[in-house]
This record gives sequence, structure tokens and C-alpha cells, in this order.
Amino acid sequence: MKIIVSVKQVPARDSTLRLNGAGTWLDESDLSYEMNEPDAYALEEALQLKEKLGGEVIVVCAGPARATQSIREALAKGADRAIHVELPGDTVLDALATGRLLAAAIKPESPDFVLTGLQSDDLGNGQTGVVLAELLGYAHATIVMEVEPQGSMVRVKRELEDGWFQNVVVPLPVVLTIQSGIKKLRYATLMGIKKAKAKELKTIPAAELHADAGDQGGMERIYAPSRSKQTQMLSGDAPHVAHELVEKLRFEARVL
Amino acid sequence: MSVLVVLEQRGGKWNRASFEALAAGEKIAKALSAQVTAVVLGSKIESLASEAAAYPVEKVFATDHELLADYTPDGYTAALEQLIQNAKPEAVVFPHTYQVRDFGPKLATRLGQVFVSDVVDVKAEGGDVLLVRQLFQGKLSADIKLSGRTQFVSVQAGAFRAAQASAGARPVEAFAVALQADQIRSKPEAPFREAQRSVDLGAAEIIVSVGRGIKEKDNLPIVEDLAKALGAELAASRPICDNGWLPMERQVGSSGQTVAPKVYFAVGISGAIQHLVGMKGSKTIVAINKDENAPIFETADYGVIGDLFEIVPALTEEIRKTKA
Repeated sequence: MKIIVSVKQVPARDSTLRLNGAGTWLDESDLSYEMNEPDAYALEEALQLKEKLGGEVIVVCAGPARATQSIREALAKGADRAIHVELPGDTVLDALATGRLLAAAIKPESPDFVLTGLQSDDLGNGQTGVVLAELLGYAHATIVMEVEPQGSMVRVKRELEDGWFQNVVVPLPVVLTIQSGIKKLRYATLMGIKKAKAKELKTIPAAELHADAGDQGGMERIYAPSRSKQTQMLSGDAPHVAHELVEKLRFEARVL
Repeated sequence: MSVLVVLEQRGGKWNRASFEALAAGEKIAKALSAQVTAVVLGSKIESLASEAAAYPVEKVFATDHELLADYTPDGYTAALEQLIQNAKPEAVVFPHTYQVRDFGPKLATRLGQVFVSDVVDVKAEGGDVLLVRQLFQGKLSADIKLSGRTQFVSVQAGAFRAAQASAGARPVEAFAVALQADQIRSKPEAPFREAQRSVDLGAAEIIVSVGRGIKEKDNLPIVEDLAKALGAELAASRPICDNGWLPMERQVGSSGQTVAPKVYFAVGISGAIQHLVGMKGSKTIVAINKDENAPIFETADYGVIGDLFEIVPALTEEIRKTKA
């Protein structure tokens, strides 16, 4: 089985986010980055699928040069090789543009499975997998919790809203977006990190894919959200804050 | 000119978020000086279509086909593609449900469009329509211009006040679609629930909810003590339940329960959108978090920036004192 896992690199959780001068994107100069957490779960599912079915796991990532760090991490965890669609600097693409680039890189591989996280922690569009499926002409299933291969088909357990679930049988090749938190993530071993250095990492400049990448999908500006509520911030040492909070809940909000 | 709102039903029951999408559709239509139309898809949906016709729309399209009885991304995409090619709306508006997340971007891609997901507001500005969506789990907002490339919009649950039905019925127009069984690749089985819930968080007056900030399962007694002192139910954000530290039935958010207690204590919860939609209806929200930029503070009435391992025990102590 050929299993592609599409990953993204995003600013590390708990980063302090500053805007660039034009207010069109972040000031990226002081940011540190990590693999998008939902994609780490897709990678884990891909590695477990390979353990079950044999074959290879290929990491595909669209991003600037810095993204190689996350690609190497995926190789160290056990992916066999990688394709890096390299974008210039701080390019921000909309979901369709990203999908077109990734699809152009994935199509020649003719995979059986394409796995990805269900959304990114930066833009949060939650669309890459579904857009990819349409562009590749593959069937898909989203918010997948369990993957049970059945020959030329796969039966997946999908999460619906409000505590409901559904099993769906889908033919291969298939795109699956994987729900976070279901399986435990593995760590890269020292041996894995060492081996990763020798693994194939193919870099394709985005411009060579002729994918009509488009633009930022009309994103005019970004900004800190205005407060919809007046939040009272309490400060001081813990006993003082606790006392003040209880007073306010009892006599101001009158809810205790 | 028209704006098409896609209403969602499953098994003959509305997803209520449909009528919030309808309200967003009205706002977009007003800015474009366009009419609002709506569509209901499914099999045997006549009565739903006439219910929809009581809402403020120009007309309701009823797309009835036996292959639409169960939702599939292939069936829904093919059906709506035909309607959109025919009706040529200026914008298509959906509720941001799990179902829409599953097929909306596919439909937009087929039509060469960008899908603008999870929109929380619509602004008219100098002849442009701006769609507001959240980035970085709510830490930042972005304005996206509605244009020829970005006409597909999904609307976050709770962001718009649902449209109301009024007296009088607007016309229902049957829109026939051509679908073949072999177009539909996925075979859905019947939806199910894992277990009956024994905890009804929806009925709780006070909820103490815990998130990633608690760090380890062994630290849970800190929040359990606070819940006990308050006579509150204990709840959690998704990562805590995924780790198995608390049962899934105590999860609040889009994949868990929706709650609206008198007081909601968010302890070490950053406030990702998926969590906020499950608790933002609470009367009073208290947030305790070490990250001053955590989005939970945008929703909170009272915020404490600090170490929960100091503040929560002090709070428990204070509650015990007042109750003594």
C-alpha cells in the first residue's frame, strides 16, 4: 500500500503572535514552528496502517524552507520518504490554492491512501483533505476515528455531532481526514533521527507545479478580535484573587 | 441576484444551525441588494420544504431524490452543483456543521471556488461584503472579501441569531436533479451512539471545566475539590477526554455536550472555537489561565491570569469559608 500523509508546519502552540506592518499576516521573525498537531495524528495513523498492511509512507508538505524541520521529524518517526513543495517566504495560500499544489505533487504517486489532519491550528480552514479528494478524483471521509482496511475498500468510523458516530465504507484510493487525540503519538527514537538523514527528501519549487495556486482567497487583513464582552481581569496573589472573585460572583453576578 | 442558503436536515429533523445560516444569508443578501433563497435536500422532504417556506425567503427549492435519503458527499455535491449551475446565486451560505465540513469544500472546488469556512460575522464596507473568520484558534480575526472567487460561506454555530418563521408561506419550487447510484462511492451505515449518557451537563447550574492546563491526570483532584465545594458538575475540554482522564460524557464542545449553566469555570482551557461553541451560552463565565492571550478571556466575564495550581486551591478554600 502506498500511503501519503499531508502535513503542515504552523507556529508553535502558545506563541505570542505579532502582526506584520501591513496587517496582512504575522511578523514571522521571532516565531518558532512545529508540526500541526492534527497532522501529527494523521502521520501516526499512516504509520500504523503501514505496520498493518506493509508498503510505504510518503510525507508531503507545502511550505517555506523552514518546513524541512517538520518533514525531518516525520521521517524520524518512521515515514519512508518526503516531498516538499517549497513556497517562497511567508506565502499564505487559501484552501483551494494549497489543495492544487498538493494535488499536483501527489497525483504522480498514485497512492492508495491520502491521510491528513482535520484542520490546521493556524488558518483553521479544515478543508485540505476534502479539496484534495475532489482534485484527485478520490472518494473521502472526514473526522475519522478508526480505519479498518478491507481489500480494495476501507471501513472507517466517522464522528458526527453531539455524540453520534457512523461507519462508512469507501473505495480506495481514498482521502481520510483523521480526528486528533484518538491514538497515542510516538516519539522519534535516536535511531530514527539518525536514519532520517539518509532518507529521500525531494524538493519541488511550487512554481514548477503549474498548479494555478491563486492568492490569499481575498484575505484583506488580520487583526486582534475586539472583545464582545467586557471582561473584568482580577489580579494579585492567589488568596486575594480568590476572595475578590467569590465576592464578585456572589454580590455582582449573583450566581453563587 | 440571489443568495442561496443550504438548510440541513437529517432523518426529517432540522439542524437548528440552518436558521442561523439563513440569518447570515439575509445579511449578505441585504449588502448585495439580493434576494434570499433556500434549498432543502433529501428524500420525502415535502413537509420540511413547506416549513422552510414560512421563513423570510423569496422561495424554497425542494430537491427530492431517493439517492439523497442518506447523506453522502458525492450525492450532495452532485445535487447542489446542478442547482447552483441553474440558479447562479451570488453567494451560497451553509451552517458550519460536520456534514458541511464533509462536502462544502468539495462542492466549491468543483466549481473552481474558495470555500470560506466558519464565518462569525458579515460586514458591509464601501460596497464590499467582508466575511470575518477566526485564525489561530480565535486569537486573531481575518476579513475575507466576498468576490467571484469566494462565494461559498459557512457560518459558525451561535454567531448569528436564528431567523424566525413568520405568517404566510412563500413558494416551494421542486428542483429535480439527475443522480445515478454508481456516482455515489461511499456506503454509509446507520449512525449510532456509543453509550447512553449518565451525566446530563445540560442541567447543571454550576460547571467546573478543566483543560490542557492541568498537565497530568494526577492533578485532577485540584479541580474535583473545587467542583465539590461548589456543588458543581465536573466537565472538560476535548484533550482531557481524549487522554481518557475523564469520560467522554463529560466533554463540552462541538463534539461533546452544549451547556448553559449559571456559572462556568474554565480552568486551564485556552478556548478553542470547538470548545467555545459548547459553553458560550453560560450566564457567567470565569476563566483561569496562565496565557494572557488565551481566547477564553474574550468570552469570560471574569478573568484571572495566573497559575491554576495556586489559584484553584485558594478558590476552593474561599468557597468553603463562605459556605461554612
